[in-house]
Amino acid sequence: MSLVVENLIIDHGAIRAINAVSFSVPTGKLTAVIGANGAGKTTLLRGLSGLKEIKSGKATWNGDSIVGKKAENLARAGIMHVSDGKSVIAELTVKENLALTGLWRKDKKDVAAATEEVVSLFPILGERMSQSGGSLSGGERQMLAIGRALVARPKLLLLDEPSLGLAPLIIDQIFNTIKKFVTTMNLTVVLVEQNAMGALAIADEGVVLNLGRVVAVDSAENLLKDPAVRAAYLGY
Amino acid sequence: MIKLITTILTALTTGAIYALMSTALVLVWRSTRIINFAQAGQAVLSTYVGYEITVRSGSFWVGVLAAMIFGALLGAVIDRFFMRPIFKRIKSGPILMIAPVVATLGLLGIIQSIIGFKWGLTYQSLAAPVSTDGYNLFNRVIAFSPFNLLVVVFATVSMLLLTLLFQKTNIGLALRASAHSPEIARLSGIKVDLTRTLGWALAGAAGGLAGMLYIPSSYLYPNAMDVLLVFGFVAAVIGGLESLFGAVAGAMILGFAISFSTSYISEKLFFPMAFILLIVVLLIKPAGIFSSKKSRRD
Ligand SMILES: Nc1ncnc2c1ncn2[C@@H]1O[C@H](COP(=O)(O)OP(=O)(O)OP(=O)(O)O)[C@@H](O)[C@H]1O
Ligand SMILES: [Mg+2]
Repeated sequence: MSLVVENLIIDHGAIRAINAVSFSVPTGKLTAVIGANGAGKTTLLRGLSGLKEIKSGKATWNGDSIVGKKAENLARAGIMHVSDGKSVIAELTVKENLALTGLWRKDKKDVAAATEEVVSLFPILGERMSQSGGSLSGGERQMLAIGRALVARPKLLLLDEPSLGLAPLIIDQIFNTIKKFVTTMNLTVVLVEQNAMGALAIADEGVVLNLGRVVAVDSAENLLKDPAVRAAYLGY
Repeated sequence: MIKLITTILTALTTGAIYALMSTALVLVWRSTRIINFAQAGQAVLSTYVGYEITVRSGSFWVGVLAAMIFGALLGAVIDRFFMRPIFKRIKSGPILMIAPVVATLGLLGIIQSIIGFKWGLTYQSLAAPVSTDGYNLFNRVIAFSPFNLLVVVFATVSMLLLTLLFQKTNIGLALRASAHSPEIARLSGIKVDLTRTLGWALAGAAGGLAGMLYIPSSYLYPNAMDVLLVFGFVAAVIGGLESLFGAVAGAMILGFAISFSTSYISEKLFFPMAFILLIVVLLIKPAGIFSSKKSRRD
């Protein structure tokens, strides 16, 4: 049971952003997808969450195909995508933002429990409940976006550059929190990052993308030691 | 003194009708990002249905209910079977900005021709449920009748109900989330296509109500609500297009501007005033008079 991607192809018009990509993500593990600007990381996640049409290839979650499914249905099936750019709705309050993923869930008791867990994971959100999403700092917005996904009790979490534009201290805090809930919630996570070092440090597995193609798949540990990866993505 | 009171009451009555139309336009704008010119046709067709039901049942209130239900259904059907396929075919490019709006213009023409076929191009009149004779104030008959009062009360109550729906219910939260960010709403598991259709349905009901409240003071004919569409549009733009509060406030400002300028300056200002106001607002605050920076910049 896991996320399996085979020969995936995704185009942006004439540009082939994802070119015959194959990899699999074991359940309960954190897999980092790293690569330079324009490697296709965001496109890959958008394909997996149903936002972007998949041209061809296979993608299955726990054996069920996710190709051609609507984003909202994949979300309800437990695949939560936190898109890049601190995806919170500026016009809604923090509380309302957090409530979005609980609206359609039947078990309202568990929604309340999940919301409480999120607030204890990110206490600052508890203090900002009635503030508008737009008034939050970058780090707070990232916490809110991740928190909103967690309220849905996701099974597969797709995170697009949670460290983007954040101060090093906040990045550490967010990465540590991600690591923490992956182990406690039995979540499967795909973490897309420019910050290859930070991502591989907390990941179990790693996938390296370059110009739409997979150039390396290995344990995070091995990738960190790989001279080619170090030279190209870790900068030393 | 009496002139001042009458002017204010007239402003409230006309403002209330404009508010229903501008609300309808804002509801569609928020859910689909288009200006729905067919709104005038939808509203007038709903009013014809309300008129037929009023005649047959003998009750104006049953007619109002029928107009609103029919308006809601018509709005939902238009979105589901007309707008949605159009948006599906055109994914990007400049045509995406223009094609759906042009489509609503085409729809307006089609709806008005259908009315012409079914009911003819003649003027019908719809009797008001209460007197349309002005109240007596200090032994003078003023231009404000029990029916005008009813219009103001109905419009106010329906606005309050709509606000409650949007601010206090789960459906309202889903509608707001879909309006502000369809993508985040989708990723949160909200069925954005459904909330969009619901937005059209609510707009259709508001249009039907606007027609039933406006027509008794005028006549029913295929183009009866074209002017209201224009005024509703002006009000919506003044209010910034994004919020229901803005739509209502814009409508009231417009109602007051028209009422005061026609009664104190010249009758002839009735039509120009709307456009003068529109241009002044667009020059000074193009995003509407209630616009503010919602998001902090970083
Ligand atoms: N909407 C789009 N239209 C056209 N081309 C696009 C679009 N989005 C992405 N691309 C192209 O697809 C390729 C992959 O882009 P993508 O955003 O997936 O990369 P990325 O790895 O996420 O980069 P970054 O690290 O900068 O976020 C790039 O060449 C990009 O220019
Ligand atoms: Mg990206």
